[in-house]
Amino acid sequence: MHSHFLTRASWGFLIFLIYLFLLAPIIVVVIISFDTRPYLAFPPEHLSLRSYALVLQNATFVHSFGVSLAVGMVVAALALIAGTLASLALVRHQFRLRNAAAFTFITPLLVPHIVLAVGVLLALATLDLIDTYTGIIVAHVGITIPYVIRTVSMSLEAVDIRVEEAARVHGATSLTTFRRITLPLILPGVISGAVVAFLISFDEAVISLFIVNTHVRTLPVAIFNYLEFKTDPQVAALSVILILISLILVVVIERAIGLRRVLR
Amino acid sequence: MSVAAIADQAPPHISRSDRPLVALLLLPGLAAIAVTFLLPLLWLVRISFSDAAPGIVTGGSGTLVNYVKIVTDPFYWRIAWNTILLAAVVCVLATTISYPVALFLARTNSRWRGVLAALAIAPLLTSTVVRTYGWMVILSDQGVINGSLLWLGIIDAPFRLANNFTAAVIALTEILMPYAILAMLSGLGRLNSELEGAAALLGANRWKIFSRIILPLSLPGIATGALLVFVLCISSFVTPRLMGGGRVFVFGTEIYSDATATLDWTRAAALSILLLVLFSCVIFIYQRIMKSIEL
Repeated sequence: MHSHFLTRASWGFLIFLIYLFLLAPIIVVVIISFDTRPYLAFPPEHLSLRSYALVLQNATFVHSFGVSLAVGMVVAALALIAGTLASLALVRHQFRLRNAAAFTFITPLLVPHIVLAVGVLLALATLDLIDTYTGIIVAHVGITIPYVIRTVSMSLEAVDIRVEEAARVHGATSLTTFRRITLPLILPGVISGAVVAFLISFDEAVISLFIVNTHVRTLPVAIFNYLEFKTDPQVAALSVILILISLILVVVIERAIGLRRVLR
Repeated sequence: MSVAAIADQAPPHISRSDRPLVALLLLPGLAAIAVTFLLPLLWLVRISFSDAAPGIVTGGSGTLVNYVKIVTDPFYWRIAWNTILLAAVVCVLATTISYPVALFLARTNSRWRGVLAALAIAPLLTSTVVRTYGWMVILSDQGVINGSLLWLGIIDAPFRLANNFTAAVIALTEILMPYAILAMLSGLGRLNSELEGAAALLGANRWKIFSRIILPLSLPGIATGALLVFVLCISSFVTPRLMGGGRVFVFGTEIYSDATATLDWTRAAALSILLLVLFSCVIFIYQRIMKSIEL
């Protein structure tokens, strides 16, 4: 009995240590963001909000934040429409090339982003779309569609088809059935899909680094460029803001579809 | 009609004769994939076989010269070795460290399970750049580790923890762990307490239950998690670049500097194709492993 307790305790401690390692960068960034000094140092001497004030006055970061926000929202909207329609075809219909279509939709996940980045760079260069909104939105839609299809398909599969059939039997058209029955039922999956698509676009650094310059510099690119020369607490403050945004969106997903369900 | 016969049929809701509708539903998605994925990849292949001048994507003729230059240059063999070594070390570390967490999350009945699971994968939803910055803060000369040791008076001069291969390994391990945890968790869905209870009832001790039931059932998840980490690692460049401080050379960092600094796009394209080949080899090996596990 005693040794059993000991194993359990050391097991719990091991899990705690792993969690500490996993969350270390985030914890440290939060602490550093409140440091008063203009350079990176630890432990902090005095705590202040100076870094936050500096970030809000930093024109590059503020501009980039706006760019990332706009790009993320457009990408989420486009990926959501294309992904939801595709999920309906894949889950609700039987057709000859169904497996081929389903495979096509996950191919962007099968190729490393850096390889895709070079391809997108070359394709956009031919079309003269480097460093444009069109270019970066086009690049992000492809890599976010698979995630939307995943969440929406998951919700669609969970819907009891007899409910849809009941509506059809009672004379509803397929469009009405979708609008009044299916859509409300899969709404959590649709919302999660949109949120995930936004987050992926908002955080995407690899492809963006290849195809943007000063004009549509997204936030991750701006931070990357900054970090190549400086590591001061300003970036920490900015990071905390970004972590908070992620956190809010994670909570949205949790409430909409339940992270437990997404995990399974 | 018997119940079994009904179950064998395709579900009744699936309609067969609405091809135009299916085509219409698939069209936007397929068009997006074509434009954002297939077209760029085709372009990549084309440019990798071209001898166009730096920064130019038109002109030039079909040639193998880019590949020949890379394959005959020992520098690129060293880069390939670095890339595989980095990925292998990170893969082993991330998989090993992630497994206890996945196992814990799969088996716990705690009411905090949801929160703990979210905590384990939430880092996935924060930018890689931000988390890499976190590791720069931890490992740099004035950072958390050195700063604390100096402040406590344990050391006089900072350890060299940042800007090297080890720093890249540590940061990548942490950054890729959530992927491994997620993959393992979905693999561990097959675990159930009844199976363990039955084994215990039949007199198996804890170690036996682990080695005979839990571990074999987790193997597919472990393999998938390891694959994900390895594959994400061989194509990483943000973390090796920032953590390596320009001293860690892998495929990713080379492709980035060719594509954005020297504008040697034909070489960047050829290197990308070679990375893709390496990638495919890894997937092939993974499928062989999965087959042997499933048998």
